[in-house]
Amino acid sequence: MKHLLSINDVSPAQIQEIFETAADMHDVQKREVKKLPALRGRTVINMFFEDSTRTRSSFEIAGKWLSADVINISAKGSSASKGESLRDTVLTVCAMGVDGLVIRHPASGAAQQVSEWVDAVVINAGDGMHEHPTQALLDAYTLQRRLGTLEGKHVAIIGDLTHSRVFRSNVLCLTKLGAHVTVVAPPTLMPSGIGPWSKEAGFATSYDIDDVLPDADAVMMLRVQKERMSGGYFPSAREYTVGYGLTRDRLRLLKPDAPICHPGPMNRGLEIAADAADAAQSAVLEQVSSGLAVRMAVLYHLLAGEES
Amino acid sequence: MALIITGASVLGEKTQDLYVDDAGRFVAEAPTGAETVDASGLVALPGLVDLHTHLREPGREDAETILTGSRAAAMGGFTAVLAMANTSPVTDTAEAALRVFDLGREAGLVDVQPVGAVTKGLAGEELAELGLMARSRARVRVFSDDGKCVHDARVMRRALEYVKAFGGVVSQHAQDPTLAGPAACCHEGEISGRLGLPGWPGIAEEVIVARDVMLARHTGSRVHVAHVSTAGSVEVLRWAKAQGIDVTAEVTPHHLILTTDLLEGYDPTYKVNPPLRPAEDVEALRVALADGTIDAVATDHAPHARHDKEHAFVDAAFGMLGLETALAVVRTALPDLAWADVARVMSTNPARIAGLSDHGSLDVGTPAHLVLVDPAASVVVDRADSVSLSRNNPWHGRSLTSRVVHTVYGGRFTVRDGLLP
Repeated sequence: MKHLLSINDVSPAQIQEIFETAADMHDVQKREVKKLPALRGRTVINMFFEDSTRTRSSFEIAGKWLSADVINISAKGSSASKGESLRDTVLTVCAMGVDGLVIRHPASGAAQQVSEWVDAVVINAGDGMHEHPTQALLDAYTLQRRLGTLEGKHVAIIGDLTHSRVFRSNVLCLTKLGAHVTVVAPPTLMPSGIGPWSKEAGFATSYDIDDVLPDADAVMMLRVQKERMSGGYFPSAREYTVGYGLTRDRLRLLKPDAPICHPGPMNRGLEIAADAADAAQSAVLEQVSSGLAVRMAVLYHLLAGEES
Repeated sequence: MALIITGASVLGEKTQDLYVDDAGRFVAEAPTGAETVDASGLVALPGLVDLHTHLREPGREDAETILTGSRAAAMGGFTAVLAMANTSPVTDTAEAALRVFDLGREAGLVDVQPVGAVTKGLAGEELAELGLMARSRARVRVFSDDGKCVHDARVMRRALEYVKAFGGVVSQHAQDPTLAGPAACCHEGEISGRLGLPGWPGIAEEVIVARDVMLARHTGSRVHVAHVSTAGSVEVLRWAKAQGIDVTAEVTPHHLILTTDLLEGYDPTYKVNPPLRPAEDVEALRVALADGTIDAVATDHAPHARHDKEHAFVDAAFGMLGLETALAVVRTALPDLAWADVARVMSTNPARIAGLSDHGSLDVGTPAHLVLVDPAASVVVDRADSVSLSRNNPWHGRSLTSRVVHTVYGGRFTVRDGLLP
């Protein structure tokens, strides 16, 4: 793989290689001096066309601990509105001599388009509603550490599927690693065509969270944006929580050792109750530290191996 | 100069000489002092008429001008094009229409017939000065807010009623904005779901087509549906025609071949409105064109400057080039369609819908607008070869059947041996 644009770019074996490297990187995090020389002399640009705190800082720290020169560029607002084409924007940045371009963009497909225009290695840090491959890798890594393996495990993904790049990458990644996936959402937040898609890709769909939770080996809650209400996707936050939230009562339906994941930022009280977010089985903070290790591993595989 | 065109198969049927006099009209007998043109092996059709062209002038002369668009039209075998109103400023006054009309006559390669906006500024609220545009020297007969739907039912009703006074027609861009908003850019279905692109469901078109045929019935008016793209719209049209409702419809060349799956690479070349649809819709459109449910092929030629396409998919401009390739695309999509039917859907019917009585036939006494086509040619399209100012050509690299050899406009060659003079 030259770029990481989609989980489709990586094979199950490559995913396990990334996880092995990530485990080593995890150990680095525990050291007093958290620095490896692997990417010394390499330049990584974090180009974020959309607000992000955790993903951007995770990539920044990951790059720095690998000794890369990391530069953050915030290019919020579409380049279209500024009169510059996206192609011109990224070519300008890459003309400065960039090895890796980590890109976050509000438009689906942007990372793929950019990869066709530039010579640098492109890592998709989230493109619109399409994919967020490093999030899926860190989620799978977290779950694999907790559960030993994903093979044969049942993972429930619950929330706003329509607008979620986390869902799209995760369903690809988890099924690739042998997990059974059930996605749960109200019909209005299920992507169009999910019927044939799920059949072909081998995952299940449900409108009933209570039916799915008791059998789940892990549960992944997705953020629900409040502005979806004005879009008419559901009537109220209260009704959403009653229908699809991981409430305190529903926590009891869950196996006691089933990890609870959330990509953040959490809407406590909406899709996830505080009791669930802070439960012993919650993996939310572990996801963050795993994220760093996985992003170090991804940068390492894509950028350090280049010369050899 | 008078012409004697020999050896051409007229409408793909019998071989017959065609005579054009000094005044540029078809005549019954060979004129004296005429130039003889050997058209053996070629098919003669009346000059093509495009109901739906974006020439971008005034406003975006970097993407296309009336002159360059006229060149592209001539290369495609067209002798008349209807220039859509969504320019800057919008063609919503007689003065604006006249300017387009006159620039077209100045270019002198095709009849450039302005389409008037239905509503002021394409805002969908107040009627534009339809009657003044109709009564002007430009004789505007087709009105459209194309690019936007006349979505308010009351406004659409009034427009349909009002244009009856001067034999006008409203060409509707059928897109319910509450079901397919401005961001909608991918046929809503499995592919939009997977790609995470905002869906543009077929139903957003179909509800407007259904509403508008009922409005046409209620008002006793004529309505035209632009760029029909779904099997559902075809069903509604078929029903409406069976009821005797006065409705006509067009399909674009690209909707006769290209399908939604082309969006999988997020290449904005394939971003168009309405979006490319699945193969089932493409098949239904082909059948409807062949059986007359859809009356005409119209290009929706939509040139864009390169930088307006080099954005993320959802931010890139809608539209693709079409004039130069339209005839070959229709031939490729429907190889069994008789040439007489090609003439019907690309010349006679569009001329009738637009009220262009000088176009659409090879009859003696009418202006000599014709196209001579090599039916056997196979051409691989190269976007660099286009005479348009723009390069957003979805046919690049594809092989298409048939080639325009000569275009004659009012007795004068506008394209000869595949080249502009």
